[in-house]
Amino acid sequence: MFYRESGDFSTTYAEDNQTFPIKFDRYRYYAVLAVAFLVIPFIINDYWANAVFVPFLIYAIAAIGLNILTGYCGQVSLGTGGFMAVGAYAVYKLMTAFPEVSMLVHVPLAGLITAGVVTLFGLPSLRIKGFYLAVATLAAQFFLVWLFNKVPWFYNYSASGQISAPERDVIGIIITGPNTEAWAKYMICLIFVTLAALIARNLTRGSVGRKWMAIRDMDIAAEIIGVNPMMAKLTAFAVSGFFIGIAGALFFSVYLGAAEVGESFGIDKSFLVLFMVIIGGLGSIFGSFAGAAFMVLLPVFLKNVFVGLLGWPTDLAAHLQFIVSGGLIIVFLILEPHGLAQLWRLAKEKLRLWPFPH
Amino acid sequence: MNALTGGNYTTADGRKIGNTMMEMKNITLRFGGVVAIKDISFDINEGEIRAIIGPNGAGKSSMLNVISGFYNPQEGEVWFHGKKRPPMRPYQVARQGIARTFQNIALFEGMSVLDNVMTGRLTHMKAGMLSQMIWKGKAEAEETANREIVEKIIDFLEIQAIRKTPVGRLPYGLKKRVELARALAAEPKLLLLDEPMAGMNVEEKEDMSRFILSMNDEFGTTIALIEHDMGVVMDLSDRVVVMDYGKKIGDGTPDDVRNNQEVIDAYLGVAHD
Repeated sequence: MFYRESGDFSTTYAEDNQTFPIKFDRYRYYAVLAVAFLVIPFIINDYWANAVFVPFLIYAIAAIGLNILTGYCGQVSLGTGGFMAVGAYAVYKLMTAFPEVSMLVHVPLAGLITAGVVTLFGLPSLRIKGFYLAVATLAAQFFLVWLFNKVPWFYNYSASGQISAPERDVIGIIITGPNTEAWAKYMICLIFVTLAALIARNLTRGSVGRKWMAIRDMDIAAEIIGVNPMMAKLTAFAVSGFFIGIAGALFFSVYLGAAEVGESFGIDKSFLVLFMVIIGGLGSIFGSFAGAAFMVLLPVFLKNVFVGLLGWPTDLAAHLQFIVSGGLIIVFLILEPHGLAQLWRLAKEKLRLWPFPH
Repeated sequence: MNALTGGNYTTADGRKIGNTMMEMKNITLRFGGVVAIKDISFDINEGEIRAIIGPNGAGKSSMLNVISGFYNPQEGEVWFHGKKRPPMRPYQVARQGIARTFQNIALFEGMSVLDNVMTGRLTHMKAGMLSQMIWKGKAEAEETANREIVEKIIDFLEIQAIRKTPVGRLPYGLKKRVELARALAAEPKLLLLDEPMAGMNVEEKEDMSRFILSMNDEFGTTIALIEHDMGVVMDLSDRVVVMDYGKKIGDGTPDDVRNNQEVIDAYLGVAHD
């Protein structure tokens, strides 16, 4: 009833091509942005920032990155954790080497460095596909973790082998280090996630995105219409690496503050982001957000229910939490293999007609 | 008019046939010990509809694959627009202005019809990565300009109604049409059609024939096609190459070919005594 597109005509191709061609969608999107930028920063506290919003936003960037590679270009990657570590260590080296340069420069720069590294590990994709490529990226994951453990230069020869983010500010507002306020952490992540989503959307709706999707759907046909498979795959790896690097940099500097590579960027991180992408929906920017929200919120929600509501011991709750989220993932994959984004699309299609049956 | 040496004549229905566009010289293609194509030469003139026919396994599709760059022949030369073509990857061939469709439909199932046809414009879209990230400005203008061309082709092939439908949901006949639209969107100089009418009913075949003729007529597209329906081939094409077991056994106008004893033998079999 309230979700209507009648009377909503596109008179130019540009209008037809916009991200939200339906007026209602467009206003909803503006409303979400307004709440995110103008309301949440004023009411957020440490618990909500650290448990929910900051990890959600950072994982959303990582999920967008992996979605570009896996969802749009069809190249499976299990190296996300290692690639995030590249972003984290790059931003750490940059922060400590050039303390006077703004973090707003360091973080994208760390993204660019990661893009280079990921492109390098993407080279095998020119020869191998599917499971075999997944195994090759798995090798990248283990190699990168080993590298950051073994070479002391990366952690500035610190005795513990950890890296910890020094205090840095942007226009006088501290955004890293232990004295960071909750809203500042949230804001910096929100800015990056907004830009990342915009860029990802613009890339995926234009000719670059079509090249990626052509490679994903049928690489032989893609080549016959003039797509250079090597370029298409490597740009997907590079762009994906850029976003994952930014996510890694923020994850370390803003969220964790201090990190040890094996613990923070291990193989479980790769799988976590992959689950986000699959549950959210492959080949959908919205799906990246939905998946990240699902995987971040579910453990928080379950913990609150088990410990807070039912009063069970925390160790039991922690184990149950694994069982339930694992089970839910399986249920999800069976019932809706195209993810939350597909559920969202179906809901919208139904809403168009509601409450009339036809 | 000499059908075999080709070039520069006017057909009975008044279409102008230009110079030789593509020339295959003594092509031999082997897969290990199997000889798929054996010393075949033929040419394609500008503006003509050229058919390649032959029994199953004759090497017709291999021939198209040689033209579109999937296979590089062991022997022989491919000349395009008067220049010898070095060994190329398929995407380089596409950028020279050669488009094709496949025997088994090769569409991008996860994308909408519109996006599929838009992929046909990829060789014409030049906006760089950075301007696409920003979108407003160059990238958007390019997208709109190409969309206009694509919409014309969508109109031409009468698939307006299914523009935004995901290709995976379409029936076979429409998929074939979308694939043709994608190939046509590239505005190719030479269009290769691999069995465009396979598996179609009479009406769909009529539609497809109409599209092929008006493509050739309106856009001046040169067309090389493989087809098993002899009625269609004889009606549509200006000249026909006949292959059998990797060898060329006939070449000429449909009438020449129809009366060629070797061709009749290949199709109907020959008595061994």
